[in-house]
Amino acid sequence: MSALFYLSSVVAVISTILVLTRVNAVHALLYFIVSLLSVALIFFILGAPFVAALEIIIYAGAIMVLFVFVIMMLNLSTQAAKKESQLLTPEIWVGPAVLSIILFGELIYILTVRESRPYLVGSISPKYVGMSLLGPYVLGVELASILLLTGLAGAYHLGRHDEDDEKKEDRSGGES
Amino acid sequence: MAPVPMEHGLILAAVLFVLGMAGVLMRRNIIFMLLSIEVMLNAAGLAFVVAGSRWGQPDGQIMFIFILTMAAAEVSVGLALAIRFYHMFKTLDTDAANRMRG
Repeated sequence: MSALFYLSSVVAVISTILVLTRVNAVHALLYFIVSLLSVALIFFILGAPFVAALEIIIYAGAIMVLFVFVIMMLNLSTQAAKKESQLLTPEIWVGPAVLSIILFGELIYILTVRESRPYLVGSISPKYVGMSLLGPYVLGVELASILLLTGLAGAYHLGRHDEDDEKKEDRSGGES
Repeated sequence: MAPVPMEHGLILAAVLFVLGMAGVLMRRNIIFMLLSIEVMLNAAGLAFVVAGSRWGQPDGQIMFIFILTMAAAEVSVGLALAIRFYHMFKTLDTDAANRMRG
C-alpha cells in the first residue's frame, strides 16, 4: 500500500511536469488526465474511495472534456504550436521557476521541521461523507448549487454574446 | 498494510501546488494557465483529503467536493472567457490583453 502511494506520487509529479512543458495543448491535457488518475489512486490509498470516484468522474471526465471541446472550437493551427515553443525560452521560465522553488523549500521546511505526526487512519466510507454533507454542511451544498447556477449563467452569457457581435459585424459588412 | 505518514501526503500536495503555481507564472497561453489553476486546485483538495484522513473525519472529503464544484464553475467561465479572448485577439497569448478596453 505504501509502495503504491509513492509510485503513484512519482507518476503524478512527472505527469504534472510534462503538462507544464508541453507545447501542444491536447498532449498536455492527456498528461493531466494521467496526473488526475494517479491522484485518484492516492485518494483510494488514503482511505477516501468516494472522493477517488468523484475525481475520476468529474475531473478526468467532465472538466477535461470541457477543455477538449474548447480546444476543438478554437481550431488551433500548427503555427500556434511553433509560436508557443518560442515562448518557452529559458529567460522566460527561469525567474518564476526560482521563485517557485524557494516557496517549495519553505513548504517542505514547515512540513518536516516538527516531530513526526501519527500515521493516517483507515478508510472513511461514502456513507459518512454523505451523512455529513447533508447534515452539518447542508448550507454549503445550497451555496455550491448557487455557485454552479451562476457559473452556468456566466458561461452562457459570455458564449452567447459573441454571436451577437458576429451578426453586427456581418450586418455592418453588408451595408458597407 | 504499511501506513503512509501524513507529511508525505502533504509534501505531495505541496509539490503539485508549486508546480501549478510555476505553470501560471511561466506560461502565457491562457489554456495552459487555466490548466495550471486546475493543478493548484487539485493539490489543495489533496491536502484537505490527507488532513481528513489523518483525523478520520469526513470533513476533508466534503471540502474536496466543494473545491470540485468551485473548479467546475471556474473552468466553465474561464473557458468561455478564453473563447471570447481568442475571437477578439485571434491569439491565446495573454500579453495581447495587457491594455484596458482591449
